[in-house]
Amino acid sequence: MVVNGQVLLHVALGVPLVVCIGLAVMPRRTGDRLAPWAGVAASAVTLLALLGAAVLAGRDRGGHFRLVTDAAWAPALDLRWHLGVDGISLPFAVLTALLVFCCSLYTLRVRPEAGRLRAFVAIVLLLEVGMVGTFLALNLLLFFLFFEIVLVPMWFLIAWWGDPHDQPGRTTAATTFILYTLLGSALMLVGFLVVHAQTGTFDMVELAARGGEGISRGAQLVAALAIVGGLAVKVPVWPLHSWLPDAHAKAPTVGSVLLAGVLLKMGSYGLVRVAVPVVPDGVARLAPVLGGLAVVGIVYGALACLGQRDLKRLVAFSSVGHMGFVVLGVATLTPAGLNGSVFAGLAHGVITGLLFFLAGAIKDRHGTSDFDELGGGLYVRLPRLGALLTFAAIASLGLPGLAGFWGEFLALIGSFEPAELLRRPYFLVLLAIALVGLVLTAWYLLAVVRRVCQGEDTIGPRLAVLGDVTPHEVACWGPLVALTLLLGLWPGLVLTVVNPAVQALLAGASL
Amino acid sequence: MIVVPLIVLIPFASAFIGLAVGWNRLAARRVAVVGAGTALGLAVYAAVAVWAGGPSVEIWGTVPTGWIPITVATRADGLGVTVGVMVTVVAFAVQVYSTAYMRPEPRYGSYAALVSLFTSAMLLVVFADDLVVLLVGWEVMGICSALLIGQHWERPEARAAAVKAFVVTRLGDVGMLAGILVLADLTGSFQISALQESAVASTTLTVGLVLLLCGVVGKSAQVPLHVWLPDAMAGPTPVSALIHAATMVAAGVFLVARLDSVFLLSPGALAVLAVVAATTMVLAALAALAQDDYKRVLAWSTSSQLAYMLGALAVGGYTAGLLHLLSHAAFKALLFLGAGVVAHAIGTTMLSGMGGLRRSMPLTYLMSTLGLAALMGLPPLGGFFSKESVLAAAEEAALHAGPLPPWAAWLVLLAGLFTVLVTAAYATRAWLLAFRGPTRSVSATAHDPPPPMRFALVMLAVPTVLLAALAFMPSVVVAMLNPGIGVLAEPAGPSISAGTAALSLALVGVGALSALAEWQRLGGRDPAVSLGPVGPLLADGFGVDRLYEAAIVRPVTALSRLVVAGDRDVVHAYVRGTGSAVRALGRVPQAAQAGRVQSYVTAGLAFVVVLALAGAGAAWW
Repeated sequence: MVVNGQVLLHVALGVPLVVCIGLAVMPRRTGDRLAPWAGVAASAVTLLALLGAAVLAGRDRGGHFRLVTDAAWAPALDLRWHLGVDGISLPFAVLTALLVFCCSLYTLRVRPEAGRLRAFVAIVLLLEVGMVGTFLALNLLLFFLFFEIVLVPMWFLIAWWGDPHDQPGRTTAATTFILYTLLGSALMLVGFLVVHAQTGTFDMVELAARGGEGISRGAQLVAALAIVGGLAVKVPVWPLHSWLPDAHAKAPTVGSVLLAGVLLKMGSYGLVRVAVPVVPDGVARLAPVLGGLAVVGIVYGALACLGQRDLKRLVAFSSVGHMGFVVLGVATLTPAGLNGSVFAGLAHGVITGLLFFLAGAIKDRHGTSDFDELGGGLYVRLPRLGALLTFAAIASLGLPGLAGFWGEFLALIGSFEPAELLRRPYFLVLLAIALVGLVLTAWYLLAVVRRVCQGEDTIGPRLAVLGDVTPHEVACWGPLVALTLLLGLWPGLVLTVVNPAVQALLAGASL
Repeated sequence: MIVVPLIVLIPFASAFIGLAVGWNRLAARRVAVVGAGTALGLAVYAAVAVWAGGPSVEIWGTVPTGWIPITVATRADGLGVTVGVMVTVVAFAVQVYSTAYMRPEPRYGSYAALVSLFTSAMLLVVFADDLVVLLVGWEVMGICSALLIGQHWERPEARAAAVKAFVVTRLGDVGMLAGILVLADLTGSFQISALQESAVASTTLTVGLVLLLCGVVGKSAQVPLHVWLPDAMAGPTPVSALIHAATMVAAGVFLVARLDSVFLLSPGALAVLAVVAATTMVLAALAALAQDDYKRVLAWSTSSQLAYMLGALAVGGYTAGLLHLLSHAAFKALLFLGAGVVAHAIGTTMLSGMGGLRRSMPLTYLMSTLGLAALMGLPPLGGFFSKESVLAAAEEAALHAGPLPPWAAWLVLLAGLFTVLVTAAYATRAWLLAFRGPTRSVSATAHDPPPPMRFALVMLAVPTVLLAALAFMPSVVVAMLNPGIGVLAEPAGPSISAGTAALSLALVGVGALSALAEWQRLGGRDPAVSLGPVGPLLADGFGVDRLYEAAIVRPVTALSRLVVAGDRDVVHAYVRGTGSAVRALGRVPQAAQAGRVQSYVTAGLAFVVVLALAGAGAAWW
């Protein structure tokens, strides 16, 4: 039997949706019993389908889209069911499926404290549909639709299953998150409408091929401002980040992992996939500002982490710094920078996903993630968990040889030699500031190891009942650890896929 | 040669295997020792092959970046295999020694695995032919050293030293990263051999090399990034031996040697290197003079001796600098392992707690005496010849035209001679306080170490003595260290200048005898007290730590608190403000702008979804 690639993409989207609906209509008690396994099965199917798609699409490393489906959906709105993958979107889709699979597996044993398993799993699967769909969509309106689908389930995840010790706090965090990002997406939609008004199409492939042709300079700037501004909330770009620390810190472990691992990437992916190819001239005019904000974010995030007193908030804030590199890469408008943006995004998804799993495990075991209450001595109390936290922290500080380094390195290459229409001395200054950020990043992450893992165990006996890393946790976290090593030791694995697509994208944008 | 990647990969694999079997001490010991031994054997094999058959570069793959691709290339040449043998010899000695030294440690498994990984990273630096690949080894080594320095993390000073070691060296490394970009941009390749083949003198080249030197200064503990090294003494002693002798600090010297032919094109970069080396040489030796901790004496001496090597490379003394690297590796590893034996026996590394150890620990006494004599530069030990050849190279560059401005060569020469004097004084002082004089109560019960530790000491004593022979065979040294690829001129062999040698021997005599005289005058008490008020300043390392604390650490910490407070109260305030405004306005039926935006968005969203579903339904129907 010949496996049809398009079918695989539809399986990847359809199976979680069907299971989600199935759980929703199922009687509550049966649902609660079945839900965890149904979640694992559905997310495993999605993961396998996307891996299969990667195998099918991977044979041809050209820069164009593969496994394309293009069917009319709502012609009045110019909304088309237009899906496909290339070297940029496929790795993100696979990462998403992997993280959702890890989260589902995690939920098998580590049940959310608030219960309501059926709803929990259904919501995670709905999230998956939105996230994977965002990476597969090739129609601007469809992209927007998937982008929006994600918001509501995430609100529920934070507001219902968030930090059990802080009920008002999690509701506020969830509401801030949804208001803030909704405003961002509204702005993005305005940008899309401007593009449509000028070109008469939402087709991302066609728009990318035109490279901004047919959109006046002024309209490009307006559209770029709206699209980049809207996506910047999601990424988040400093100073639009302030929804992030609370949302991450109050979300349940699974929510934090998916927020940091995937949701932020939807923003940076949008910059690469939509903003740069569709309105290149407008983006080029914004690039210096974007680059500047990115490096401010890098240093600001590191400083904020250095002064943080809570592990989950610290990991959350570290995303501001890391996403700074992701955005800096885009702002350079070079192949290296865009490669860096994609790679840093993937690596951040894997490493910060792992960090949130670990922070969550620490919080679950201690009932707190506050540094003062945790005290030191995790190495004494839970040596394996301590060792894993150290590993993740080292990966996060961008040690060459682990996944975190390469994306940052490529973004730095980009700002060393930015696109010709950008001013090089300015970007060299940005490079220097980003390098300072790298030093500060190393500082605060080693400070975490020193504070949490090392030193005296002040709260030991109270936790005697809580064991170290379980085999179940090893199974959930193992893939992330392995990927951190694999991408770090052989970055070519991903870069040979990403690079042709990025080259094609920039060639289309004629930058 | 497939052997070259294997030399790197075998310790790498033994790190992972060691970690996996870490719960079983015996298995962990076997994995560590066998891994290091195999790497040593392969390194020797590769050395013989290269010396007999000539150098080679091999490309194993490329990684696209969208800019210049990264080339996964290895290189086996005289320089690489010689340093490779040195690294594996010391690593093997350290692993054997640790089986006994770390016996009481509960965390031997992870310790031995980290030492293996550390060795592997250094070997990657040594055999890499690509600056980015080299950087991977370079930084992995940095994190391994930080983790090993923090091995005894129950102690606050070990925790602090670990963070400090990594952050300070990373400060240099980010400069190096920028330097790599500049150099690659210049030649269109990250490959080292390509750089050597196509580099021409230019201002950009100098900028790139000076940036690269930032990393060297950090790794090799040179002023002003030397502050991490004395604190790193909080790590277990075998780790100090490894860091100080063959890896980590040696990597800085190695990198300059690796790019020697490129550095020779840039008098500016060489002058910078000369100034750094001359300053470090003198200041570190002075600081060593007043330390009470024997290990800190050795730590400062490492900074000072590394400065000799870098000074030699700055004045064009390629073979002299490397000869000193080799002889220093042998005698410094010997000294540290000897210090570890003492610490093991009497439970302290403070000189004030030692004394008279020559009687209770005769073997350790003999070995440490050898090491200290080599450090002072007494003939006929290797240390004498290598140091003299460094001074001769500086003299040559100062008197005749060298690759760098003459004033810089003079600076290296004069600093080198002055440092000879100070080195003799501090080495003599440490020797007297530790091993001579009356026996203290703790020292009486001390005894020589168990067999694995003895084996390691004797194994390192051999090159400490025998490396001297190389000084009489300059052509062999040249052939042995020949970088071969991409280098036009063959380096000059090491030589010794009779005048300078006589002068420096006289200085050694003055330094040693004055320490001895003060010691006798004070009746066996610390001669450093004669330094008066200068003593504490030297012991404090000239207060540089406190300066950095006040000028960098505290401001950054204050800034971070400001950011945290500002983020909560200022940046997030407008969000909260908008939020409550929206809610307040929402209660008013005739909502103003803000309320409408929200409703518009919500309505718009609902509209899109409904239309989409309707459209889908229509299409279906």
